[in-house]
Amino acid sequence: MRSKSRLLAIAVLIAAALFLRLPAFAQEGPQIVSRTLGNGLEVVVIPDRRAPVVTHMVWYKVGSADEERGKSGLAHFLEHLMFKGTKTYPEREFSRKVAEIGGEENAFTSTDYTAYYQKVSPQALEMVMRYEADRMENLVLTDENVLPERDVILEERRQRIDSSPHAILGEAMGATLYANHPYGIPIIGWQHEMGALTREDAIAFYDRHYTPNNAILIVAGDVDTEAVFALAQSTYGKVRRRAEPGVRVRSAEPEPLAARRVTYSDPRVATPSIQRTYAVPSYRQAQPREAEALDILAVIMGGSSGSRFRSALVVDDPVATHAAAYYDGSGYDYGEFTVFSEPLPGNAIEAIEAKLDVLIDRIVKEGVTQEELESARGVLVRSTIFERDSQSRMAQIYGSVLASGGTIADIVEWPDRVRQVTLDDVNQAARKWLDPRRSVTGLLMPKEGS
Amino acid sequence: MMNAIFRTVLAPVAGAFLLAVAHLPAAAFQIQEVTSPLGIKAWLVEDYTVPIVTVSAAFKGGSVQDPPGREGLANLISTLFDEGAGELDSKAFQARLEKLGTSLSYSDGRDRFTGTMRALKEDSEEAFELMRLSLTQLRFDENAIGRMRQGLKAQIASDANDAADKATRELRNSLFKGHPYARSSRGTVESLDAITREEIIAHFGKLFARDNLAVAVVGAMNAAETAQMLDKVFGGLPQKAQLVPVGPADVKFGEQIEMEDSGSQTEISLALPGVQRNSPKFFAAYLMNEILGGGAFSSRLYDEVREKRGLAYSVGSSLSTFDNAAYLTISTATRADRADETLALIRSQMQRLASEGPTQAELDAVKKYVIGSYAINNLDSSAKIAGVLIAMQTQGLGIDYIEKREALINAVTLDEVKAVAAELLGVEPTVVIVGPGRS
Repeated sequence: MRSKSRLLAIAVLIAAALFLRLPAFAQEGPQIVSRTLGNGLEVVVIPDRRAPVVTHMVWYKVGSADEERGKSGLAHFLEHLMFKGTKTYPEREFSRKVAEIGGEENAFTSTDYTAYYQKVSPQALEMVMRYEADRMENLVLTDENVLPERDVILEERRQRIDSSPHAILGEAMGATLYANHPYGIPIIGWQHEMGALTREDAIAFYDRHYTPNNAILIVAGDVDTEAVFALAQSTYGKVRRRAEPGVRVRSAEPEPLAARRVTYSDPRVATPSIQRTYAVPSYRQAQPREAEALDILAVIMGGSSGSRFRSALVVDDPVATHAAAYYDGSGYDYGEFTVFSEPLPGNAIEAIEAKLDVLIDRIVKEGVTQEELESARGVLVRSTIFERDSQSRMAQIYGSVLASGGTIADIVEWPDRVRQVTLDDVNQAARKWLDPRRSVTGLLMPKEGS
Repeated sequence: MMNAIFRTVLAPVAGAFLLAVAHLPAAAFQIQEVTSPLGIKAWLVEDYTVPIVTVSAAFKGGSVQDPPGREGLANLISTLFDEGAGELDSKAFQARLEKLGTSLSYSDGRDRFTGTMRALKEDSEEAFELMRLSLTQLRFDENAIGRMRQGLKAQIASDANDAADKATRELRNSLFKGHPYARSSRGTVESLDAITREEIIAHFGKLFARDNLAVAVVGAMNAAETAQMLDKVFGGLPQKAQLVPVGPADVKFGEQIEMEDSGSQTEISLALPGVQRNSPKFFAAYLMNEILGGGAFSSRLYDEVREKRGLAYSVGSSLSTFDNAAYLTISTATRADRADETLALIRSQMQRLASEGPTQAELDAVKKYVIGSYAINNLDSSAKIAGVLIAMQTQGLGIDYIEKREALINAVTLDEVKAVAAELLGVEPTVVIVGPGRS
């Protein structure tokens, strides 16, 4: 997951976090309304009436970072098991109903949240709400369906991690970056712990975290806002408050003092690459304008076609096929600032690293220019209107921000916050956070003699 | 932290053009056919909800037109569209795009090139000018070509050891032996190195013209604006493309290929005959494929391989149609020590569907699924709608296809699906296995 595909994902998230920043958008965009039901479920409606499609998502504020030590992979395992039927409806019935009307469904797990969604026609909204509300409290598991699913997640690990040298390095870097916080444990879990997960583990986790007061319902698409609230009340409104998960407190990181290095060699690697990740604050942790400044810094360094990295390493005097930087500030606890490059054949990885070091050093010492700041703002701002073209993306943005400790106000006020970022904010962020002691440098290398 | 992992992956598609077959409620939007003063046609869906304009253009041709020994030429060309045009060099061109927030991307398929431009309405004139430049005034600067070539070579090298990639290559070589489809559309290090700037320019001149063009426009544009845009962006193209005729592929099935790979899983791919998009049996085959291993969480392969036995995370089948070939593929990846068991299970599922056909209930359910899923999968963004409009034009489905589609699907009988299952799944498949202990 820490690979080039991650880069794309991060770009999407950056855009996602930014989509509301144009004043035109606030005026012309959809009227987004949020209310909380009596049982604590937060409901957000995002109307988009262009096509007869509705995206229905439930986000639980629980992810892999909330697992007990030794039970890695449990949040994701439970996500799979949520499709195994309830007291009310047999296994597969919900999926069958969704398929019957041509709906799309899926679910995903992150470090801080777990989400379930269906994309259906508006007439089917009530049906999916009924089934989704039901599995918020009535899940039933048996060893007959839990054990084969455990084999499925083990295959998933082989497919996602073991078959990808980038992913293997990513796990090693994550485990090194975080000395004490659970972000160092892979979402999918360590293989030896996954193999020991049980039905009882899954049910205990479910009973502790799956409750309306720990969830957010997002409905985006061809809907009437009041009708959605009425449906939410008649379905989710009946789910009892099952638990009090409380505030999420994970073990904190000590102040990092040592630059770290991880090298992974694999015969499947043809082209070496270098990645360096700095431990930085997330949006939730950051001082005012600090996370916004890190977003801008990433665009200037390596997030645009005319970025410093790309100009120096890929275009002007090409020594690399890729050179990029990105900031992920979406975590509940910590953020990450990552730089990445892959050399052109014939260029040693050491030489690329030296060039990256020079470029980073120059930013830290000399700062960025006013022109770069304005251009980066423009790039980010312009890209955001396009987000409105996809109702699923809108649902994704709201869900991920709200489930990671953000608020609707954070999204709405974001444009102004970005506009307020000064040159000094960006330069200070670079000086403070691009400190080698905060970083892990990962090298992906071909195996000797292969 | 946004690196989320999903419960399912989509059924793999063996490098083929994925069929955009779907259902749009007729009321959802109207498709207008617009003809420009110069006679260039486009299909337009007007929509002003979001101030965005999307223009897609498909040019018949694609990588199948790469000259022998120059595999990857279309692929290389697809990377050059934003690498400088007119007075603007690569950096200046990309800076202009970025300032506008406009995206302009081209991709080479086997049978056609597709380019898509998306811009804010207020910037659309400038965005159209950039698209015009990209189609008619490309600079083909040597340094840009060099950079793009190096990037493609690096990508080829880095995928060379990937088990799934190996399986796809082997399958393609086996099925299409002797036909241009057997050649790598990405090219090889050697073929990419052999391509000269002059060859790129000459080939470009043959591929992009007005008589092999289909255009789709979605968003904040009316018919008059569209007509004007068509002449501006595409009017400078030559009248006629110069394409080498490509005959139908005589696809051979039944070969067994095993390859050693030290990876963590064994990749299994099977190929069987398919049916062409214009065949009267198309929807029967399409429904049959959905029942066997299609997109919903309820196909037979998903049930048997994943749900009941936990043998794999991803398993599925897909029906691929090129202009000159059609086939059905089944793919999965499983732990090495259970690969033979998985393959035997897939074969038994094929045989069962071939000999017994589906049940009426399965067929009824899958019909509902493919009718309902059209809007859900294809209507929720401008780019997707543009893709549908392009597919409808290039496949000759007719401008009223969306209204007809539901009836075409409902007309398929159980006997027709049984017959097509027997015909396609009764053939001995080509099987490619890549994994530890294979040779």
